[in-house]
Amino acid sequence: MNSSFQFFPEQASATAQHVDHLAIYLIVVATIFSAAIFMLILYFAVKYRRRSEHERPHATPEPMALEMAWSIIPFGLMIVMFVWGASIYFEMARPPNDAMNIYVVGKQWMWKTQHLEGQREINELHIPLGRAVRLTMTSEDVIHSFFVPAFREKFDVLPGRYTTAWFKPTKAGKFHLFCAEYCGTLHSGMIGSVYVMEPAEYERWLAGGAGFESLVSSGQKLFEYLACANCHRTDKPGRCPNLVGLFGKPVLMTGGENFTADEAYIRESILNPSAKVVAGYQNIMPSFQGLVTEEDLLQLIEYIKSLGQKPESASPATGAIPPALERRGTAGGPTSRSTGRRPEAQKR
Amino acid sequence: MITATVEARDNYLTHEYGVKSWLLTKDHKRIALLYLASITFFFFLGGIFATIIRLELLTPPGDLVSSQTYNKLFSLHGIIMVFLFLIPSIPATLGNFLVPMMLGCKDLAFPKLNLLSWYIFVVGGLFVLYAMLIGGVDTGWTFYVPLSTSYANTYVILTAVGVFITGFSSILTGLNFIVTVHRMRAPGLTWFRLPLFIWSTYATSVIQVLGTPVIAVTLLLVALERGFHLGIFDPALGGDPVLFQHLFWFYSHPAVYIMVLPAMGVVSELVSTYSRKKVFGYKFVAFASVAIAILGFLVWGHHMFVAGQSVYASMVFSMLSYLVAVPSAIKVFNWTATLYKGSISYDTPMLYAFGFIGLFTMGGLTGTFLASLGFDVHVTDTYFVVAHFHYIMVGGTMMAYLGGLHYWWPKISGRMYPEGWAKLSALVVFLGFNLTFFPQFIMGYLGMPRRYHAYPEEFQVYHVLSTAGASVLAVGYLIPAMYFIWSLRYGPIAPDNPWRATGLEWQTSSPPPPDNFEITPVVTHEAYDYSVVEEMTVG
Repeated sequence: MNSSFQFFPEQASATAQHVDHLAIYLIVVATIFSAAIFMLILYFAVKYRRRSEHERPHATPEPMALEMAWSIIPFGLMIVMFVWGASIYFEMARPPNDAMNIYVVGKQWMWKTQHLEGQREINELHIPLGRAVRLTMTSEDVIHSFFVPAFREKFDVLPGRYTTAWFKPTKAGKFHLFCAEYCGTLHSGMIGSVYVMEPAEYERWLAGGAGFESLVSSGQKLFEYLACANCHRTDKPGRCPNLVGLFGKPVLMTGGENFTADEAYIRESILNPSAKVVAGYQNIMPSFQGLVTEEDLLQLIEYIKSLGQKPESASPATGAIPPALERRGTAGGPTSRSTGRRPEAQKR
Repeated sequence: MITATVEARDNYLTHEYGVKSWLLTKDHKRIALLYLASITFFFFLGGIFATIIRLELLTPPGDLVSSQTYNKLFSLHGIIMVFLFLIPSIPATLGNFLVPMMLGCKDLAFPKLNLLSWYIFVVGGLFVLYAMLIGGVDTGWTFYVPLSTSYANTYVILTAVGVFITGFSSILTGLNFIVTVHRMRAPGLTWFRLPLFIWSTYATSVIQVLGTPVIAVTLLLVALERGFHLGIFDPALGGDPVLFQHLFWFYSHPAVYIMVLPAMGVVSELVSTYSRKKVFGYKFVAFASVAIAILGFLVWGHHMFVAGQSVYASMVFSMLSYLVAVPSAIKVFNWTATLYKGSISYDTPMLYAFGFIGLFTMGGLTGTFLASLGFDVHVTDTYFVVAHFHYIMVGGTMMAYLGGLHYWWPKISGRMYPEGWAKLSALVVFLGFNLTFFPQFIMGYLGMPRRYHAYPEEFQVYHVLSTAGASVLAVGYLIPAMYFIWSLRYGPIAPDNPWRATGLEWQTSSPPPPDNFEITPVVTHEAYDYSVVEEMTVG
């Protein structure tokens, strides 16, 4: 990467290598085809150049086989492009189960990232080498797009919903983070850096940021501050569903439909509670639109996720949870099994 | 090339004089010239914006203009070039001039409607110009929500209304062409005797009529949300921003074919005339146009692989995008095969046709890259995409448009253009184009995002090459503008059929009489039958 000319960007993820291999196939096919066409044209243009104004070229036969050949052969090569490209795309769409979760909020014109341990960064993202990272992303305003060329990964970040991206860094270093979807005046200023660190160094970095509270614990404080627990009781049946063990489970609605309680569901239930009302409950919850920011929502979601995952985290107000313990507890994300009390609220 | 001196005959240019005779004309040929003047104005306006953009990008920091100005420049460059130049370019100028002449009739089916189309176009264009003069618009030509509806502080509604209005011009022109092709073909001119330019213009018209209403409705919804806070697209108002993208690309992808199909039609004419051979695989080329028009409506989702649509939807759109590549490939192969055992001359239009085939091939092949899902995730919204669509729209459409303009210039103006200058400028355009846009493929793959006012230093070398190329390209476009104007007065008088071509438009005088033909022609041969022309010139 020392020369001023380069043709491939740095490869810093496993996916990057897969994309580059596909790129090489595409370039080879394109080069062969364009070279063949250009050379034929050049050859014909020279060989059959007009030598006299009285030339009368004869019609040439137009064999059907030829038409078929130049329809089917390129299509066959393109099917390979399709299958190859689709398989990489599916790989990109499916984060591994053990991926660590990091939240990303885009706004005009900065990237805010938040680790489960509570570390917040602006226009920076520190991640450990060799560990799959799953990003849950949303925007406070317009559409942005999270783009790290070295990972060959890009996904739009939309207001009003969560999108995900993931990558597994394979190379330590500092890499560009770009906003790739035009987002207004300072679009080109919405750039930052991804720092891929050796795991031990990353641990030191995590520990270094003094005064950070884990997302679960900030979420819990917010949950108490907003008095959510007045209705969403965990000790006895309340006016609203018990949230313990809710995350990742199907929820039955008054209309008879089932929805999985994922991030988007919880977000919607806080901002627009009447959109989906759980069977057996009244539509009495007020909307928190305008009272909570996107980041507050992420903290609340993380707290609700944590409920029911461990017996101790289900009991309210146990104070700060040791970060290391907390990390193990939630890093599994939606697939980790609940080991605590069984949820009761949704049963009726 | 044959030159001749011809006594002055009554023609459409000299039949009437005065501004009024132009502004109230119902003659499709004069309306074509009205369009030619209007879109040439918009082309150079859009070109000036492109020039400032390229100068800004010469250095990594944003130092020539402010970010806000830069954003307005690329937005207006896109809006003007797409809606006010490329979409009307070949259909409204060459198409208007040629469709009745190629069909052997006196005018389009609805001459007054044709004039109305031009006025609607001008009114729409004036809206965009007015918005530009009082402050411009900075949403990009794509008007993505909620940026355009809730966040941009520029003249979005005014510009959108301008584009909305020009849409009607496009619909009416398409309608006029469809009816004319169905109802007004000369005796003996069956569907499979039609020149391929007609086939592709017909296919384009179908897209214009079916697709344009969708963009009109979409822009109307943008205006309603922006003006009256109707919650359609902005999630803060309960809307869905991805819905906008579906609606926008449902038109704007087929719009690419509105731009490139007529160009393909022009190239079929040029390749045949200058190799003096029937177009190889006529029916394949003709049906390829129809196939592109139909399949073009089914691939819009390939603009949205990272936008949040389902992975299965993406997969289907990827597959369908490869299907639409097949008819395009068929055309390229058939044009190449047409040259085989031909009698090939290197007149300027043919140089442009060669240029088109080369650049369109590269644009098309990089399109198959972008249809490949895993590859697209990395390069979408980077300069790779910018390079790709400029290869199609500028390398493709613009080359064919210039080739066609040179080819039919003797018919349009009655004068020959200066061949030496024309060949030089064709070469300059080709070289300048490649120097401008090829480096953008590389920097796109390296990760340079599009629509960036300032950028990291490692991309500078490619931007410098690109800007250098743009300067060359600008020269290549200015030379023809100058000699075309020069030739109106000083060009050698053109004979009726300087290229010994077969189309009906060449069987009448140059420039044609107001009613195109002295006697309605009767067609007895297939298109591109050069033996007929030989008999006529010899006999």
